Amino acid sequence: MTTIDAPRSSAARTRSGMNLEKWGWMYMRASGVVLVVLIFGHLFVNLVAGDGVSQIDFAFVAGKLSDPFWQVWDTLLLWLALIHGANGMRTLVNDYVTKPKVRSALHFALASSTAVLLILGTLVIYTFDPCPAGADPELIASFCSTL
Amino acid sequence: MPAKVAGAGASSSSAPLTVPAPRPPVIAGTLYRGHEGMWSWVLHRITGVAIYFFLLVHILDTALVRVSPEAYNVVIESYKTPIMGLGELALVGAIGFHALNGLRIILVDFWSVGTRHQRALFWGVLGLWAVLMIGFAPRHLIHVFGG
Repeated sequence: MTTIDAPRSSAARTRSGMNLEKWGWMYMRASGVVLVVLIFGHLFVNLVAGDGVSQIDFAFVAGKLSDPFWQVWDTLLLWLALIHGANGMRTLVNDYVTKPKVRSALHFALASSTAVLLILGTLVIYTFDPCPAGADPELIASFCSTL
Repeated sequence: MPAKVAGAGASSSSAPLTVPAPRPPVIAGTLYRGHEGMWSWVLHRITGVAIYFFLLVHILDTALVRVSPEAYNVVIESYKTPIMGLGELALVGAIGFHALNGLRIILVDFWSVGTRHQRALFWGVLGLWAVLMIGFAPRHLIHVFGG
């Protein structure tokens, strides 16, 4: 019986270490499942419950962001959604942009905008003051007057 | 018509192999494939890009709570206008499709018979999406256009 050699070129790359593309693929699915819950919950509370979009103002957001539950919810939403979105955009850049310099520029733009917005958003959630000093009492949450 | 070929190799006692005849060509216009799988893929990309760019804007507008109640309220008022209200309906439609179709992709990837039923799953996605939108649209439109 003849044995056929495995059709391997000596120049074939051998993979070692972890496969980042595989983990990216896994991340899209894992974060996607969590995001379905987080975003549908976010949409229900903000657009369906109560008076929907017409109830949203500074006092409404202050009421939510002064609750640790919504702080954690919004932090997870920010990080999981933005990284999911940026990684999806990276897939499109890889599919449609063939010029190496343009690809690099777009990859850099995606990575840097993601980093800036993650830091900005996280700082907003955890440094937010629901009752800023000197604010118009008409515009801030009713619980501020009891402080 | 299936063509029959004699069983090749050492075991002449095995049943002859049946090779299916080539499928008649399916006319699907000038679209690449053009069936459920392609539309699922196309819509997933388009909705993903739309949601990504909204997310960038939404992180920035929410960050205005850190500037002042007035700054946040001025910007969020624009979300309550009729045109933006219709935009929010489209956004929720895009998110609903992307979420349900994402779950379909996970089923195709990880469920043993997911690939076999990918077309039925796509129609399931459209059906659930329609139910979601029938529930959301009237309530949201009343919030935007109602008293």
